[in-house]
Amino acid sequence: MAEYRYTPEDFKSDQQVKWCAGCGDHAVLNAVQRALPEVAEALGKPHEKFVFVSGIGCSSRFIYYMRTYGFHTIHGRAAAVATGIKVANPDLSVWVCTGDGDSLAIGGNHFIHAIRRNVDLNLILFNNEIYGLTKGQYSPTTKLGKVTKTSPYGTVEHPFNPGELAIGAKGTFFARTVDAEVMLTKELLVAAAKHRGMSVVEALVNCMIFNNKTHADFAGDKATRAEHTITLRHGEKMLFGANKDKGLVLDGLRLKVVTLGEDGYTEEDVLTHDAHCEDTTLHCMLAAMRYPDYPVALGIIREVEEPCIYDEAVEAQLNRVREASPIRTMDDLLRSGDTWEVK
Amino acid sequence: MEQEKTTLQDVVIRFSGDSGDGMQLTGTLFSETSALAGNAISTFPDYPAEIRAPQGTIAGVSGFQVHFGTAGVNNPGDACDVLVAMNPAALKANRRFVKPNATIIVDADTLTADNLAKAEFKTDNPVEELGLTGYNVALVRITTMTREALAGVELDNKSRLKCKNMFALGICLYITGKSSDHASQYIDHKFGSKNPSVAEANRLAIDAGYNYAANNHLFHCSYAVEPAGLTKGHYRTINGNVATSWGFIAAAERCSRPLFCGSYPITPATVILEELAKHKSLGVKTVQAEDEIAGICTAIGASYAGSLAVTTTSGPGLSLKSEALGLAVMAELPLVVVDVQRGGPSTGLPTKTEQSDLMQALHGRNGECPVPVIAASSPSDCFDYAFEAARIAVEHMTPVVLLTDGFIANSSEAWRIPSMADMPTITAPEPAECDGDFKPYARDERYVRRWAEAGRKGCQHRIGGLEKNALTGNISYDPANHATMVATRAAKVAAVADDIPAQSIFGDATGEVLVVGWGGTRGHLQSAVEQMRSKGHSVSLCHLNYLNPLPKGTEQCLTGFRHVVVCELNEGQLAAHLRSSFPHLHFEQYNKVEGQPFTVSELIDTLNKYFD
Repeated sequence: MAEYRYTPEDFKSDQQVKWCAGCGDHAVLNAVQRALPEVAEALGKPHEKFVFVSGIGCSSRFIYYMRTYGFHTIHGRAAAVATGIKVANPDLSVWVCTGDGDSLAIGGNHFIHAIRRNVDLNLILFNNEIYGLTKGQYSPTTKLGKVTKTSPYGTVEHPFNPGELAIGAKGTFFARTVDAEVMLTKELLVAAAKHRGMSVVEALVNCMIFNNKTHADFAGDKATRAEHTITLRHGEKMLFGANKDKGLVLDGLRLKVVTLGEDGYTEEDVLTHDAHCEDTTLHCMLAAMRYPDYPVALGIIREVEEPCIYDEAVEAQLNRVREASPIRTMDDLLRSGDTWEVK
Repeated sequence: MEQEKTTLQDVVIRFSGDSGDGMQLTGTLFSETSALAGNAISTFPDYPAEIRAPQGTIAGVSGFQVHFGTAGVNNPGDACDVLVAMNPAALKANRRFVKPNATIIVDADTLTADNLAKAEFKTDNPVEELGLTGYNVALVRITTMTREALAGVELDNKSRLKCKNMFALGICLYITGKSSDHASQYIDHKFGSKNPSVAEANRLAIDAGYNYAANNHLFHCSYAVEPAGLTKGHYRTINGNVATSWGFIAAAERCSRPLFCGSYPITPATVILEELAKHKSLGVKTVQAEDEIAGICTAIGASYAGSLAVTTTSGPGLSLKSEALGLAVMAELPLVVVDVQRGGPSTGLPTKTEQSDLMQALHGRNGECPVPVIAASSPSDCFDYAFEAARIAVEHMTPVVLLTDGFIANSSEAWRIPSMADMPTITAPEPAECDGDFKPYARDERYVRRWAEAGRKGCQHRIGGLEKNALTGNISYDPANHATMVATRAAKVAAVADDIPAQSIFGDATGEVLVVGWGGTRGHLQSAVEQMRSKGHSVSLCHLNYLNPLPKGTEQCLTGFRHVVVCELNEGQLAAHLRSSFPHLHFEQYNKVEGQPFTVSELIDTLNKYFD
């Protein structure tokens, strides 16, 4: 495999980044630009093989800030366009940048079907629980009761949890990060790129202007994050807290937060994270955990091997048929079957 | 009754029965047999949207019309010389398609009180009730005789009765003087190895029908026709949807790009996706998307990655694709959108034909959003126009809308097989070598930008649906730049006129009446104009395949006549398009919106009024 060595600078375009100061998207851009040199090296991909595709919304401006191939498409359709790119050329590393409105409202259909098909895409879902670019309307992830411009008396609809949606669609890779954790984000993006099949990375990002501190309860600062989030790692105990003194156990069919040393719980009782388990039940429960009842799960929640990867399967089937078929050219096809000659 | 030994120039047979009676297969086998015998053929299936509407009802009647002959077979024919009706509902539903003095073959076993009631007959004599007394009506006990003929075959009764369509086919093969070889071979090929009893039963039923007709004098007329004087070459039968599919595969081969089709099932376009899905050996990739929008979006993605990309749909699907089509206009990527038009608006008449999407194709997008629009005009020329749509898309870096319709999509005809060596070249606008300084919107003298597919070294660039700088492709809100880009996109599409054939006229360049048509009505219009001219009337035909831009010479074609009559299967969309293109010219109209093709006789009636 050829070696490709790049720096984050190689992935920065000459365009001025126009997100608001303090927007969480800046941190994700930073993490992506740091991750790509590592991805290029790990996958043996030259610079020109990277393609970024986006829909509409603040986060979808992402592609203009990358010095890669980039396609800023239309609202909700990035996953569909990206599917076409990847199927046409499976050798490309295709990234989708999309928001909660883009992928879970207008593009909900393409989101679940790209996951169902297990197209080998890396989708970064920027979740700020609001429509930012249209200036502050509630989105499919906005918390119930939230007052926004289009819900002046509070919303009366429950939000989607993107993790439950992705895992419910039998997603093979789902991870979650928060904007402030740049190194975690970078680590998850590299893992997503290495994963064969569809990867969804939910980035909880803050919108300073229209939904400030929406994730602050559990992700506001380092100390809060330590107590109110849990970073899952495959094969490791589900422990959290600044002193790693809290953990998750199964109580019947429900997850329960326990403190080590209290009520007789020891580290032995705490669950060990198995991201590779094919069954979705526990992954779904982990993705569904909400503050304040639970810590919010970060890290790779699900990462399973699935041999049927859509773009590869399309290519493989084509090659199998091609090898077996006597029809090699258009002239062969034109002359195949029932024909007759007029002399 | 003595059989008349006449040889006719052309004959129309209509097979009709319940949706489950196998009339489409019967008609297909008959038309293939005719084509193999050297006849010119044109066929048209007429079937309900429901897969199996209630048995025995008029709603459940499925028909298949075959027009075969020595010459003049431009269309499936207005009315039939022979009608096969497998039940009273079929007889009733097809009464209006029967020529005076036609032969009508009815399965007499089905004329039960129950069936007559289902078909809403008021009396127990359907022949009299439908005013068919003077016709050559043959009440043939098809069900009984099929059962008897298959007595020795090891099959259950239900399976035996399924062969009665083959009995009817046998009768028709005999009275048209055709051999049953092709039908028997087809049966063997389809069932022979899997189910020998079924194959045997079908073969026996064909023979039984054939022998019955031979030994019987119910049929006083022979419907034999001489072979047509077709141009030398190899032929096959092809329908419009298959021809469209093959045109794209041919174009992909010609421009050395893989073919990609992103699509979603919709009547009557689905066959294109089905056909393309078969041809993986020619490098065709198909994605059956989750919806119409994803169909076009996957195609746009594939185009960005360097494939020759197409998406296929019908009217309502084109509505859903319009926003994405605008993206392809903005991104200036090659793409072909096929709209197999059907009756609208909304769900409309899914299995019926219409030409009512012209305005949608020309204008149905937000913003100033021009696309080339072209239309095929016969089942087999769908091949040529699919190829042409792809050529224009690639060479001009633009989405192209290709309009066909339910009529030519499902109709078939004999087609002289082309050789790929005779097809035009297609040259993709490749970029020069770049080192990171690729300018996506730099253009040549025809306003065409370069196609730098994702993955090409040194050409990394960003494009999208926002207005962009006229050179770099970066987002631009500059007022003058936007005006430039709007004008440039329009000029690029207008320049396609330099790259397509000039408009021509069938008949004289000046005269009394000019018939103007477009797309799938050509066969009927041409037959009507030919017949008018043979009677000495000054009538010519200007038939358009290129709707945007209009070909050079269009205006001259329209100016030499006292009357210019635009005939179309809608309420006047081409007429409106021509009026806005040539506001100083006067256009008259003949329109039909019944979900059915024109008939030649109604066109002649219309044209005769100009000569009263």
